[in-house]
Amino acid sequence: MEANKTTPEKKTSILFVNKEREPLFSKKNRKLLSDPMDDNNPITVQVLGICSALAITVQLKPAVVMSISVMAVMAASNVIISLLRNLIPNRIRIIVQLVVVASMVILVDQILRAYAYDVSKELSIFIGLIITNCIVMGRLEAFALGNGVWKSFLDGIGNAAGYGLILILVAFFRELLGSGKLFGFQVIPDAIYELGYVNNGLMLLSPMALITVGILIWIQRSRNRTLIEKN
Amino acid sequence: MNRDSNAYTFFFATLMVLVVASALAFTASSLKDLQASNVRKEKMQNILSTIGVETDREQAETLYKQYVTEALSLTSSGEIDQNVNAFEISLTNELKKPVDQQRFPLYEASVEGKKYYIVPLRGAGLWNAIWGYIALEEDKNTIKGAVFDHVGETAGLGAEITQKWFQDRFLGEKVFDVKGQLVGINVSKTNNDPKDLDKDDHEVDAISGATITGDGVTNMILERLNHYLPYLKADENTVALNQ
Amino acid sequence: MEAYLNLFVKSIFIENMIFAYFLGMCSYLAVSKTVKTAVGLGLAVIFVLAITVPINFLLDTYLLQPGALSWLGTQYADLDLSFLSFIMFIAVIASMVQLVEMVVEKFAPALYGALGIFLPLIAVNCAILGGSLFMQQKDFSGVAESAVYGLGSGIGWLLAILAIAAIREKITYSNVPAPLRGLGITFIITGLMALGFMSFMGIKL
Repeated sequence: MEANKTTPEKKTSILFVNKEREPLFSKKNRKLLSDPMDDNNPITVQVLGICSALAITVQLKPAVVMSISVMAVMAASNVIISLLRNLIPNRIRIIVQLVVVASMVILVDQILRAYAYDVSKELSIFIGLIITNCIVMGRLEAFALGNGVWKSFLDGIGNAAGYGLILILVAFFRELLGSGKLFGFQVIPDAIYELGYVNNGLMLLSPMALITVGILIWIQRSRNRTLIEKN
Repeated sequence: MNRDSNAYTFFFATLMVLVVASALAFTASSLKDLQASNVRKEKMQNILSTIGVETDREQAETLYKQYVTEALSLTSSGEIDQNVNAFEISLTNELKKPVDQQRFPLYEASVEGKKYYIVPLRGAGLWNAIWGYIALEEDKNTIKGAVFDHVGETAGLGAEITQKWFQDRFLGEKVFDVKGQLVGINVSKTNNDPKDLDKDDHEVDAISGATITGDGVTNMILERLNHYLPYLKADENTVALNQ
Repeated sequence: MEAYLNLFVKSIFIENMIFAYFLGMCSYLAVSKTVKTAVGLGLAVIFVLAITVPINFLLDTYLLQPGALSWLGTQYADLDLSFLSFIMFIAVIASMVQLVEMVVEKFAPALYGALGIFLPLIAVNCAILGGSLFMQQKDFSGVAESAVYGLGSGIGWLLAILAIAAIREKITYSNVPAPLRGLGITFIITGLMALGFMSFMGIKL
């Protein structure tokens, strides 16, 4: 997980540090975006950010909104911490990070409550729990503190996307199998129900979120054997 | 500058607190009206929905003024307290007070010449609070409509109480039995009448997998309506005549 | 008294932080390889939850809620600082964790040695912030209730991590399909345990 932690740049010009050195979407930068989707997925590989995520994967809609919120919070706080990385006193580093993340989360929460009231009602306290979502703090500590603004931004987006990917996958299966719907619209035709098909109510219960993630991990690791753990 | 000196740490912390506090206070206060109006309009939307007026949030305010004629706050003995604005009453706060100090909001609405009484509800589900509104027809007995909402019931199970198909089961059910006793509506697991064709059995079919949320709805309706008895029964004949 | 007992049992078994809400999963998965470390972290979580939930309850009631400042005088009754609750809660938690760490180091060096590295980890344990946020949502009537809730949630968390650590110690001897080893099987076992815990649902004392 520390693989993409490069040496901190000791430069004074904080913005656009990489501008002359490499193009915006160089191969390395694209990797920052694509790695978390698979080989370095925050949930299935780095084991970060599982906490608040799983409870809202019963239906697709809240899962999508949660992913977008996490993306906004991660990108913004990664950029801010990266901008301040040469100014933050080492001793109060953690609390500065917490304050930055908490403020971002409050912003997202307030905006949702003003402009997307129904969604904010649905997510209720899980928005607040983005603060302690280990994935946000983990990336701040492991990446943003030591890297330039643009890279940190990409890292934030990439990791949030990898996190969202799992969230949406789990929500897809749970909503489809549990209530025969996607985004609240029925997708399994009535004809199949008439043949005797029944929705699997078990999928709606929280334990099935864990088991679904377990199966996703299984699939990912059988495709990519390097990720297999020793015992 | 030495990044690890005490002075710098203090300076940084103070500056950060100031910047963050003012930025947050600014956003919170500039979005406050919008947020409050969302909450207000949702409440109006819910009230309207119980009397069969479906509306989007934008229209809620106008339609509310058009249909809801009266918002009364009642005492536990059924008198009207003029000093309290019924719409502003928060049941959460009221429920913490002793019964004789609580105020019970009651809305009266009139749609196409018919009069309706709307009672706000609040109770406990499986995980947390549930609430809603229930509208009675002019006989103060037959249910015109019901709306329920919740904080954190299990999505797909208990949370289904917010769905129209569940709320529609309450239509036409009666809250008083033939003897004029308040019996409420039982959300029943052992209902012989899953299509809810029998409207005199004081029962609706429960959601499978949501027993406790359903019991919560049952208890909430009975408990809340009980407090309105002095007002609903003030004109005893209304109920008797309709039996 | 009965109400407290009810809340206590409910927060341990029925509304278990791990099995019902998945809170604190990160450290739950990361620190559950052996029973010994799991117990250390679990104790620290109980301690911090039992302290921070009542503190945050007081903050919420007398500072943050709409109208909470009315004790200062009627002109403050309209203030609503609830938008600050996230940041206040996390600040209380972070400083409590620091304080606990310092106190334990000073007065109980043996315990500090045992808990050592787990203490700072707790600040970012979702279960702790989750405890405070649930407390805010639950409309507790007094500080005692919130303390009981905090303690119960902590004990529930300890039980969960203890159970999974014991199972993981045993499972090293089992022939688990290679891609499922470690993380995958832990997720599935946790899911099965959560199914078991669902049988507590609806128990009323």
